Amino acid sequence: MTGFQIVVLWSDVLVWLLLAAGIGLGVLISKSPPLLAAWRRVGANRMGMASATILLAFLLIGLLDSLHYRVALDGKPGEKTQYGIEVLSLLDALAAPLRTKNEKTYSAPFATRLYAKETVDVPGLGAVREFPRLKHGGSHLGEREDEVLADAGFTAFRLAVLSLLAWLAVVAAVATRVGATANTAADIAVDGSGWQKIWRGETVFAWNAVLATLGLLLIVVVPLFYLSGQYHVFGTDKVGQDVLYQILKSVRTALIIGLVTTLVMLPMAVLLGIVAGYFRGWVDDVIQYLYTVLNSIPGVLLIAAAVLMMQVVIDSHPEWFATAAERADLRLLALCFILGITSWTGLCRLLRGETLKLRELEYIQAAQAFGVSSWRIILRHILPNLMHIVIIALVMDFSGLVLAEAVLSYVGIGVDPTMTSFGTMINNARMELGREPVVWWSLAAAFSAMFILVLAANLFADAVRDAFDPRAA
Amino acid sequence: MLAYIFRRLLFAIPILIGVNLITFALFFIVNTPDDMARMQLGVKRVTPEAIEKWKVERGYDKPLFVNSAVDGLSTVTNTIFFEKSARMFIGDFGRAEDGRDIAREISARMLPSLAIALPTFILGLFVTITLALVLAFFRATAFDFWGVVICVAMMSISGLFYIIGGQYLISKVWRLVPISGFGDGLDAWRFLILPVVIGVVSGIGSSARWYRTIFLEEVNKDYVRTARAKGLPETLVFFRHILRNALIPILTGVVVVIPLLFMGSLLTESFFGIPGLGSYTIDAINAQDFAVVRSMVFIGSVLYIVGLILTDISYTLVDPRIRFS
Repeated sequence: MTGFQIVVLWSDVLVWLLLAAGIGLGVLISKSPPLLAAWRRVGANRMGMASATILLAFLLIGLLDSLHYRVALDGKPGEKTQYGIEVLSLLDALAAPLRTKNEKTYSAPFATRLYAKETVDVPGLGAVREFPRLKHGGSHLGEREDEVLADAGFTAFRLAVLSLLAWLAVVAAVATRVGATANTAADIAVDGSGWQKIWRGETVFAWNAVLATLGLLLIVVVPLFYLSGQYHVFGTDKVGQDVLYQILKSVRTALIIGLVTTLVMLPMAVLLGIVAGYFRGWVDDVIQYLYTVLNSIPGVLLIAAAVLMMQVVIDSHPEWFATAAERADLRLLALCFILGITSWTGLCRLLRGETLKLRELEYIQAAQAFGVSSWRIILRHILPNLMHIVIIALVMDFSGLVLAEAVLSYVGIGVDPTMTSFGTMINNARMELGREPVVWWSLAAAFSAMFILVLAANLFADAVRDAFDPRAA
Repeated sequence: MLAYIFRRLLFAIPILIGVNLITFALFFIVNTPDDMARMQLGVKRVTPEAIEKWKVERGYDKPLFVNSAVDGLSTVTNTIFFEKSARMFIGDFGRAEDGRDIAREISARMLPSLAIALPTFILGLFVTITLALVLAFFRATAFDFWGVVICVAMMSISGLFYIIGGQYLISKVWRLVPISGFGDGLDAWRFLILPVVIGVVSGIGSSARWYRTIFLEEVNKDYVRTARAKGLPETLVFFRHILRNALIPILTGVVVVIPLLFMGSLLTESFFGIPGLGSYTIDAINAQDFAVVRSMVFIGSVLYIVGLILTDISYTLVDPRIRFS
């Protein structure tokens, strides 16, 4: 048993902190009837709940990828143990075959041979130019190379059936719970059993959408993951790394960019927006001046300038970082910070305007007349009434930030080039469509994964906005 | 009116000073010129003499704000802040790393940027407003529903995909237009058509959906009901009444970006090899040419502020209820 050392990256801390904050917020919301009612409306939205299921799957991958450790190197007994420089995560451990089974260079999805011809020594024939056999992809087939389709198809079918059974078990569990609210046999006769309610979409929570998405997810994902141990299901890239593995690793980067940035932006936007709107006068002038100035600099250019400067800082202090992963991690956080600084102005202006309206309302004036202190009024009376704007802004920003990461990384002002992200994947594969023959799978996989994530986020954001926006009702 | 414009221009001055100070702080206080020199020269083979030489060549060897080594007005003017930052106000941006004058480079590169950005902007506006109008016209039908679904799907696709996919399909597979490059005069259209089309298509999703909500907000207002009650056909209600009134909120979002069209688009220009300001910025970022990036930040801000002023003015022009106050 080799030892390991737990590595806590700063972004990990923030990810788990965010999760804790999310749970805490959930508890707070469950105590506030209007917010709870709004979330119930989100829960009743089929499209929203289907996309939330997919987002949760992404979140799970991201969380698994946020527990890091370093493996101890085999040293002589008695010596102080040394740890490998590679920082691994729980996801790496789970997907070890994906990470370690590297080929030499490009290979197509489900291929058993490389994508480029090489000179190979064949006994008896001498040097022959041919497509060499892959080291890992389809190696269990041995000589029966032409049976890939049958083999993969059969395995996929078996696993799909298995996951279908697992899914049915989940449905049964949910149905019993839904049915449990009906007390007597007469109720069941009138309302139908739990199964019927779910099928007809009569439950308050959109169980049918969640379960359908879950079923689809299981049927696609389980066979895919099983097959990925035997084949490169999405092919391999230029240096022979499995594309599926890179996609999995990109998820965490995308989630961090989308979530941590809002974490940076939120306190600033909320505090300054409310303060400007509530106190008015010179405070308002100063804050307005601040965000007008920041807003005047086109976003990309400000990000470019700030990232360039951050790079200089990081490069001139190599002693700060023990491993390359820590440096990449800090750069990711700095990027989130920069994105946060450049994107708080919109929300701040919105909150300022809303606070200006709220402070003239009678209940606030009553509180002022009672001599309640300003901060207390802000905390107890203004902030809760702005929560819907904050929540809408939070979910709306996420998809835009994920898309922005790809563009920024492409331009060269995004995440560290050593860090796997959708942007760096696309950047590395940018010339592949120009090759003859075309290498399409890296780009296709990266774009599709990003599309699914962003689409789910957009649909979920729409559901949240519809539920929280008082004007929409 | 003139007095109003003049006052708006006066308001712009403190904002520009703020922008200038922020860029100065970002480029000279977060990192000292020594750090920048080390970065440019390469971390390994760097000597104190090389750093000093690099700084003298670029005028970075002076004090930041106050030069006590010289007398008179020069104590303020002979500093990094004055020479590198304050002089940007009079259009003097200094020299890039390759020794060329940045101001001249910018004026030469504005036209190619505009040649892409302006057609994309106009065509995009026309297409998205038309689409949004059609969607709003068929509101609450299956057509509207699927239109919105397609819009959401389109805005979920990365902008990079539109460019990479479009180049592959149209230039490589179908061989309709050259994949990238730029030509002079009338010949340029062959190079322009693909980036313009891609630019328009990639913008459809989010804009069409946004304009559709604006139209839908107007649909239920009283004046529309009056128009219908008069017996106007629905098409006339849409084109004569709703379109005109919805143009006011659309205008605010649109006018502000017009001056920024000069800056071009980073992505489009780098993919299509167009010698505009966008690709200039990208090259500067990749070469870590701090002087160029600093200038672009400043120019971008100036153009944005001009856009804000234009928005205010256009507002007063289209909406007679707004007075200059």
